[in-house]
Amino acid sequence: MSDVYVVGIDMIKFGRFPERSVPEIAAESALGALDDAGLTIQDMQGLWCGNLYQANAMVGQRMLQEIGQTGIPVVNCSNACATGATAFRDAWLAIKAGVYDVVLAVGVEQMGRGLLGGGGGGKGIPKEGLLGSGLMPAVFAEAGMEHARKYGTTFEQFAKVSVKNHHHSTLNPKAMYQKETPLDEVMNAEMIAYPNTKLMCSVNVDGSAAAVLASEAKVKELGLMGRAVRVKASVLTSDPWQERDLVMPDVNTCTRLAAQAAYEMAGVGPDDIDLVELHDCFATAEILHYENLGLCADGEAGKLIDEGQTALGGRVPVNVSGGLLSKGHPLGATGIANIFEVSTHLRGEAGKRQVEGARLGLTHVIGLGSACAIHVLEKVG
Amino acid sequence: MADDTQASGPLPVVDFLKLPEGGDPYLEGHVCSSCSAIFLGARRHCSKCGARDSLAPKRLENRGTLYVYSIVHRSFPGIETPYISAIVDLEGGGTVKGNLIGIDPDPEKLTMGMPVEVVYKDALGRKDKEGNSYISYFFQPAAG
Repeated sequence: MSDVYVVGIDMIKFGRFPERSVPEIAAESALGALDDAGLTIQDMQGLWCGNLYQANAMVGQRMLQEIGQTGIPVVNCSNACATGATAFRDAWLAIKAGVYDVVLAVGVEQMGRGLLGGGGGGKGIPKEGLLGSGLMPAVFAEAGMEHARKYGTTFEQFAKVSVKNHHHSTLNPKAMYQKETPLDEVMNAEMIAYPNTKLMCSVNVDGSAAAVLASEAKVKELGLMGRAVRVKASVLTSDPWQERDLVMPDVNTCTRLAAQAAYEMAGVGPDDIDLVELHDCFATAEILHYENLGLCADGEAGKLIDEGQTALGGRVPVNVSGGLLSKGHPLGATGIANIFEVSTHLRGEAGKRQVEGARLGLTHVIGLGSACAIHVLEKVG
Repeated sequence: MADDTQASGPLPVVDFLKLPEGGDPYLEGHVCSSCSAIFLGARRHCSKCGARDSLAPKRLENRGTLYVYSIVHRSFPGIETPYISAIVDLEGGGTVKGNLIGIDPDPEKLTMGMPVEVVYKDALGRKDKEGNSYISYFFQPAAG
């Protein structure tokens, strides 16, 4: 089976665009990715489009109605916060299977403001604040408290994640915010769901990201190997049964399964990884994933953040884009946006936030419900 | 006229809260006869081991320990804050999420692993569209 490469990739600067349509927002990054590859929509043999909030509204086709209706197959997919990564992976699969040579994957979202989760629905009376909380800040707070229970992780250590990622975003012009948030500001921000303050919650923004993927033969034929990024591993898992998962979504096990499979597929280990973009939907989550991805031993995530090992310049920089906490989290776009970030570093084009000498990077997203997607990307040449 | 829509008494907030006539309320789990996994709410098949038609009801204990929690300060409009969202492991099996009451919503006061008990009370005055009131379950620090 052919290796698969990213030959063009882009994301728009995340923000709030209530006056624009979802297909318009998608089209901007799709055209950006095509331009990056020096290709056109006429060159694409298929489109995978990830979007959550309009999952039943043919966003992919509507995007082609903006930029070129060529009759190619379009798959619209939705997989919670793993939506974009799932679109990318299924595009990868199609090339891996040998059916197509060059295809487009797009992730897009237009978000409202406010709290996610906690709807519950169903019959009877509202359950939020009666049977505990189903709101995302609380759900991920509880996941973080499990780590605190096991290893004594502190509120301050969780907060440091947010300080780091906000700092990183000051170097990323495509992030929603470019603003330092010192530790006392993070810890004293409005408490949303202890231990997550407002500055420890990801930002709801609109955005899109897109990638052009191609087979090895096609990359060579097009003469695009120079800036190509090799997809060394693409893995998707769902949540295996866990004792508490009826009331406490388990983001750990599906990540561990995916990480193990991804390292195996790529033929590398966590020590080989030069940078990571992981799913910091809440500051508490990033701490868990240091261990889930094998960046440190179990119980050492607090130490990792304390020592600055995951900051730009540290041993394994994590979320140098600013992460979901400050770059923003347009749900369906996030999975391709983090592939954009890692690819940009592997190409040596990340400017002030460049991870020097980056050759191998890992991206990770989690959609509650649950879906976990991990990609390992490698610099070519 | 109201008689057509009013239930005879308060309704259970969830299907797995049982209100037996003349008996004490309790939480009901469903146990897989094949692998002993415990679920909340009736179901046919076991998602742990895949066994079919293997689930039987089991009365869950009213005592347990606080596994983890979060203190919610920002919620939907109209929902009183703060409240403690607690995940409780029940003695004998089963894990349930609910509000922890009877203790300050303060991390200094809360200890993961602390013993709690399940209590049954009116669902914070919440009523459905038909005006029915509900009984809910809550956790509180275990007495003595």
